[in-house]
Amino acid sequence: MKWDEFFVTGEPLIYGAMVSIVLASLAILFGLTYYKKWGYLWREWLTTVDHKRIGVMYILCALIMLFRGGVDAIMMRAQTAAPDMKFLDGQHYNEVFTTHGVIMILFMAMPFIFGLMNVVIPLQIGARDVAFPKLNAISFWLFFAGAMLFNISFVIGGSPDAGWTAYFPLASIEFSPTVGNNYYSLALQISGIGTLLTGLNFIVTIMKMRAPGMTLMRMPMFTWAVLITCVIIIFAFPVLTIALLLMLFDRVFGSQFFTMANGGMDMLWANLFWVWGHPEVYIVILPAFGIFSEIISTFSRKNLYGYSSMVLSMVIISGLSFLVWAHHFYTMGQGAMVNGFFSITTMAIAVPTGIKIFNWLFTLRKGRISFTTPMLYSLAFIPIFTIGGVTGVMLAMASADYQYHNTMFLVAHFHYVLIPGAVFAVIAGFHYWFPKVFGFRLNEKLGKLAFWFIAISFNVTFFPLFFLGLKGMTRRTYTYSAETGFGPLNMLSMVGAIGLAIGFIILVYNIYWSTRYEPRDKTGDPWDARALEWSTPSPVPVYNFAVTPKVKGRDAYWFSKKNNEPLSDEKITKIHMPSNTGKPFILGIAFFFLGFFLVFSWWIPSIIAGIAVLIIMATMSFDRNNGYYIPVEEIVQTEQKLRGDTV
Amino acid sequence: MLLSFTLLLSGCSSLTVLNPKGPAARTLSDTIIFSILVMVGILAVVYTLYIVILTKYRAKKSNEGYEPPHEEGNKWLEILWTAIPILIVVVLSVVTVKTTVAVEKVPAGYEDQKPLVIYASSSNWKWHFSYPEEGIETVNYVNIPTNRPIEFRLYSFGPITSFWIPQLHGQKYAMSDMLTKLNMVAEEPGSMLGRNANFSGEGFAHMEFETLAMTPTEYDKWVKDVKETAPELKEDEFNKLLKTEHVGRMTFSSNHLEFSPPPAEGHHHGGDANGNMEGMDHNELHPDPATTEESEFDNVPNVDPNKPDPDSSLDESSNHQHEGH
Repeated sequence: MKWDEFFVTGEPLIYGAMVSIVLASLAILFGLTYYKKWGYLWREWLTTVDHKRIGVMYILCALIMLFRGGVDAIMMRAQTAAPDMKFLDGQHYNEVFTTHGVIMILFMAMPFIFGLMNVVIPLQIGARDVAFPKLNAISFWLFFAGAMLFNISFVIGGSPDAGWTAYFPLASIEFSPTVGNNYYSLALQISGIGTLLTGLNFIVTIMKMRAPGMTLMRMPMFTWAVLITCVIIIFAFPVLTIALLLMLFDRVFGSQFFTMANGGMDMLWANLFWVWGHPEVYIVILPAFGIFSEIISTFSRKNLYGYSSMVLSMVIISGLSFLVWAHHFYTMGQGAMVNGFFSITTMAIAVPTGIKIFNWLFTLRKGRISFTTPMLYSLAFIPIFTIGGVTGVMLAMASADYQYHNTMFLVAHFHYVLIPGAVFAVIAGFHYWFPKVFGFRLNEKLGKLAFWFIAISFNVTFFPLFFLGLKGMTRRTYTYSAETGFGPLNMLSMVGAIGLAIGFIILVYNIYWSTRYEPRDKTGDPWDARALEWSTPSPVPVYNFAVTPKVKGRDAYWFSKKNNEPLSDEKITKIHMPSNTGKPFILGIAFFFLGFFLVFSWWIPSIIAGIAVLIIMATMSFDRNNGYYIPVEEIVQTEQKLRGDTV
Repeated sequence: MLLSFTLLLSGCSSLTVLNPKGPAARTLSDTIIFSILVMVGILAVVYTLYIVILTKYRAKKSNEGYEPPHEEGNKWLEILWTAIPILIVVVLSVVTVKTTVAVEKVPAGYEDQKPLVIYASSSNWKWHFSYPEEGIETVNYVNIPTNRPIEFRLYSFGPITSFWIPQLHGQKYAMSDMLTKLNMVAEEPGSMLGRNANFSGEGFAHMEFETLAMTPTEYDKWVKDVKETAPELKEDEFNKLLKTEHVGRMTFSSNHLEFSPPPAEGHHHGGDANGNMEGMDHNELHPDPATTEESEFDNVPNVDPNKPDPDSSLDESSNHQHEGH
């Protein structure tokens, strides 16, 4: 490989990006040194095993990735805003929509949800941490290594350009000779291992670490959603792991699983991808359902309507999610009967989803609804997501899909599902649980302003795409002529995209503003909420609960407030906590280099990095650090300081 | 209101998909409009409930101090909003299966006509149309006679593409290792846009072709013209053409099927079946003799309405390359 091929050259936008990356890195290094924060960074964050801090790091990465993916989106909208635009060329556009898809799903939505899971789940079930805190740190650093590996692709070697679906033979070495799709397979592989570990970790946490008295059917709905999500993860992600491995072998070692010659099957990739890919949609949507359930219940000051049917419908959705993958390629020619089967399973998902919508509506009914920022996102979710849902049923009809497939109608549909579903949910959850972690709320005025920008602009951006699809505009098309008549609606969509960008900028500005000026919350329960996490002081101390709460029913904290019964009458005893460790971070670095060297097929460095990974894992197996105890006096002091009274 | 909505949609001829020019696309357009009406009904119910509940139960001065009741749920209501969606899904399922079966077949009313077979294959960012009966070939445009069933047989010399003429039919994939089929009829003369709908690399946006439906007499005249005036397509020229990224329109008085058979050709020859996989690799194209293949096409009795696909019985016995049935 020549060095002039190593860096991506010849694009002014990319030179700009390189310069800004270098400047930002220098600024961070300078800042850390100037303020003498290296030790703090290492002790408090890089080596932490605290689920709340890991959660915060996940969310921070997700916000940065939201902006990276958002810039991609704006570039795509700008290129298609008018006929025959010359802003991006075909190849660059292809790279941009590929990275937009991968980043938004795998490096934005997933880590945002994992972040909220990490922060909230142990608190909701009355636990001190997750079941395997060190493994949790490994999960995060593997995700981080994968995300960084994917992101450097656009300056070093070139980004993947075959779509986030990476269909073969387009993604094969024959048609995609740059290293871009090597980055795809390795970055997703490394972060995918992290995801799988998170799935296992949270299943064990929820099954084994619930506070006494919290039976499964007394769990908060978000905990239920996460439990079911994790079950989907451990069934779906191994399929991706294998598919990516076969992809890597095809591209790097010359095997022929998905190629055109020697009996390779391109359709096999499409099947494997979607056997993972469809459940993946529910991996980001089900936790969202859980978040909305918590928030809607809190702000209508009512318990969740139809709790059992809410749980049951999520279980049914998780089962059906594995039986619908072929609806992503009805047009592959598998015949009317196969398509009919998958149409029916797909439409069947509308039934449990409908149950949830009506249960939320009936939770609101007879409530006393206050329109806070998190509640606004949750309320906007219902009508917008319903449009996503009904268009999903339309797409599920195989015959009609022959006309929608691969068009902007499809693009409109999945944005109508994923943005109100996943994105509104994580933003709502972010505003809702923010005071729990940081001890102050985000400003409501700025929050609501951002909300109205985002909610209205979202519809302006994506509603026109339904009509563009029916006009025959295909997705992933970087240019079109004026005669097609696609121009005006695309321009409208561009206007919406700018509005969305403004909304997200206000959202981030709100974090800055609130950090400086928003009053501190001393109650620990600023929303007058219902689940156990609100019984702790804010910001939550490292040990979470001074004494483990006892649960007598659903909405345990709500009834303890209402009936004036303390959650526990036991005395404070010393608390056993896990020690920090730097090994997960170092393991992440080793994995990053292993992936990077494999991308370029540099064998000797790859083998060295691979051995390093094995050695780090081996030393972890011999770790005999059994954690430490927090003495009673320290706990009492902390509680007094945070609550401003005696315990 | 629903009626006016339908009129609005169907009257809007700028929505290509809802402006069909043949029976298959008309079936799909009707299905889409029907489903939109059902969905608008569902949205109306949800939105009404939503607006009423939000206005009635919002926190305001007059209900200060109001303590909402504890409600576990209501068995009958929950059964109601499970049963009604199930009914809707059942209705939509019946419609879906019926229309899916219908559009896979030769359109109703045209079963007794011999379909015109056209092989449509994609390479890089262009489309090749081979007419085995007429022995001609075009690039990036296709002329078809009106009121006669057309059977497009699709395959690709590279990445998966999707063959789509929205005003005549929905799309179907063209792939390198199996042949897929699409049956359609154009009922009025005119020019329609066709394109690849499935992303296939850098030049994908320009992968369009014109579909021109003409009366049978005009069509016959065009074929005769092509036979007399257009050049022959030679194998080395075709191989060069395959590697070219973009070309304009081209016309030839012979077709590439003679020296580069499509994937499903293996059905007829048995022994060729496995070899053809490599045959699709555009580096080594099969130099098969032409004549046997040509007569093969002509002898296929493809008109029996009970057996829309004469090849299907051979499917399983010969090899694993299925066709679309």
